[in-house]
Amino acid sequence: MTEVTLSNVIKRYGEHQAVHGIDLEIRDGEFVVLVGPSGCGKSTTLRMIAGLEDISGGEVSIGGRVVNDLPPRERNISMVFQNYALYPHMCVRENLGFSLHIAKRPESEITSAVNEAAAILGLEELMDRKPAALSGGQRQRVAMGRAIVRHPDVFLFDEPLSNLDAKLRTQMRVEIKKLHQKVGNTIIYVTHDQVEAMTLADRIVLMRDGHIVQVGTPLELFNAPVNTFVATFIGSPPMNLLDGVVTENRTVRLIDGQELPIPSSPRESVQPGQKVKYGFRADNLSPVGHGVSDEGETADIALRIDLSEPLGTETLLFATLASTEIQCKMLNPRPVTSGETMTCRLALEKAHIFDAQTTQVIRSN
Amino acid sequence: MRRRIPEWFVLLMPAFIVIAAVVLIPLIFSLYSSFTPYKLTRPSTLWTWIGERNYERILTDWKFWAAFGRTILFLTIALNLELIFGLGIALMVNKVTWGQRTLRTVLMFPMMFSPILVGFQFKFIFNDNVGLVNNVLQSLGSDAALPWLVDGKLAMFSILFAEIWMSTSVFAILILAGLFAMPRDPLEAAKVDGCTPWQSFRHITLPFLMPFIYIAMTIRSLDVARAYDIVQIMTGGGPARRTELLWTLMSRTGYVDAKMGLANAMGYVSILLSIAFTIYFFRKLSAARAELGMGA
Repeated sequence: MTEVTLSNVIKRYGEHQAVHGIDLEIRDGEFVVLVGPSGCGKSTTLRMIAGLEDISGGEVSIGGRVVNDLPPRERNISMVFQNYALYPHMCVRENLGFSLHIAKRPESEITSAVNEAAAILGLEELMDRKPAALSGGQRQRVAMGRAIVRHPDVFLFDEPLSNLDAKLRTQMRVEIKKLHQKVGNTIIYVTHDQVEAMTLADRIVLMRDGHIVQVGTPLELFNAPVNTFVATFIGSPPMNLLDGVVTENRTVRLIDGQELPIPSSPRESVQPGQKVKYGFRADNLSPVGHGVSDEGETADIALRIDLSEPLGTETLLFATLASTEIQCKMLNPRPVTSGETMTCRLALEKAHIFDAQTTQVIRSN
Repeated sequence: MRRRIPEWFVLLMPAFIVIAAVVLIPLIFSLYSSFTPYKLTRPSTLWTWIGERNYERILTDWKFWAAFGRTILFLTIALNLELIFGLGIALMVNKVTWGQRTLRTVLMFPMMFSPILVGFQFKFIFNDNVGLVNNVLQSLGSDAALPWLVDGKLAMFSILFAEIWMSTSVFAILILAGLFAMPRDPLEAAKVDGCTPWQSFRHITLPFLMPFIYIAMTIRSLDVARAYDIVQIMTGGGPARRTELLWTLMSRTGYVDAKMGLANAMGYVSILLSIAFTIYFFRKLSAARAELGMGA
């Protein structure tokens, strides 16, 4: 059983503190994705788990063993790097077997482990090539193969797909997910790409400025963001956020005077006069009859469409509401001309109210 | 004017003329003179053709072969020690985080001195009467005044010492450049893969540095094979030819004995040595680069 536990982990570079006391428990076999904008401390955290960075404070334990002072080689982990980090002077076979050779395992065991990894990742044809003669995707597969031959307790991935082109990235994403299902190890995966985080993770850890902002399943983060940062970081397009003030009759008056009803869950928790941000996703606002159903609480808004982006099954519409650019989605689309005014329906139960000052979400007590 | 000189030829003429004047003609002249008994004191001997007699004389002359062998020995020892010291220095400097720029500059000081002055400096340091080394030895209680520049073996050691002192930084700087260019990721991957620091060095760092080492080797082998100034100043190839290297022998033959024809013949034979070393190290370089997947 290999759970990874971080308790109050801190990283300081001189005066600058990069990671501020992170607590995190990762269960055995779980696929956890650390995601956040660049500079949020996610890679540093991963590198502390790997042992490539010293831990300035707190405790990291792998499988119940505190590893703070162990060198990487004694942590039984393996890591896949953003730049593949293959050994340039070794062929694929040697790259895969290197760690086992270093560990002085018997030759027969090395051969079978290498062949097994090669079979899992489809590298058999490439075994005698040098890394320079491989494409980006192939190199990434070799790097993953090098990680799995050792049967480590934990896999660490440091932005493994960010050097690949979009198509290959999608393909490798699927392969990583399959790999996890096949080997079932604990995986900690770092990325700045929220799509990767959403598609791969059992649980997402969203970080900013060295702090954890929210931990949860992809759907939890998507449907119940704790603050405006999560709301805009997770999901594409990002959540629409409109500035407004709570009125006496429990609506939000936007800056152009228009009023939107407050969804039922935070309705009792807001104070009249409170400055808030009214948030909803593009999926939950669509022209009447093109997506949002009439069931549940809804509100209708007249929107003048600035721009439309037909994507086939849906069309993304750009409009301006209360001086803010917002996006909404139209299912079963019909052609839309710029400048056209459409009545759009908002699914209220999917809308969120955030405090403008603290940016935290307001829910029923 | 039916036949005109083609334009491309006209345009290339200046280059041809310059190269001919500074390279080709002297080369042909020296090659020609190596087949004559040309003596600087008797210019008319330039026109006497004696065929390959100079070469016969050299190839059967034990003094030439002694100098030849000594040069190879000198080169082998100097290059290997410079490599070891240079690698060590580079690895240490690479670890330094504070004041590294200054250290790199200081490292190159020996290269900034004229070799002649280095020769004088070590001639003084190793002087058996007033030299620093003997002075230190005597103040430490030793009675003997070691004949550093007189005894054959000690003299070779002293010259090697000066040569290594002056030029180790060539290796150090080139290897340091290699270390700077080295990607960090494979080293980190090796750490995670279970390498001890020594194993990381042996399996990852060293193969990456090999091309840089071979470049340094090539440059230095050409340099050392024409070692002249330091030797000339410190011992003059003596005493009694105990430190005679190819180029001191050649200069003695050509300018002291004035036998320029013979000296030129020696030059052509010894060039083979340099060519052999260059080819050897370039082969090694290409192989090391191919190993890293850099292409030949």
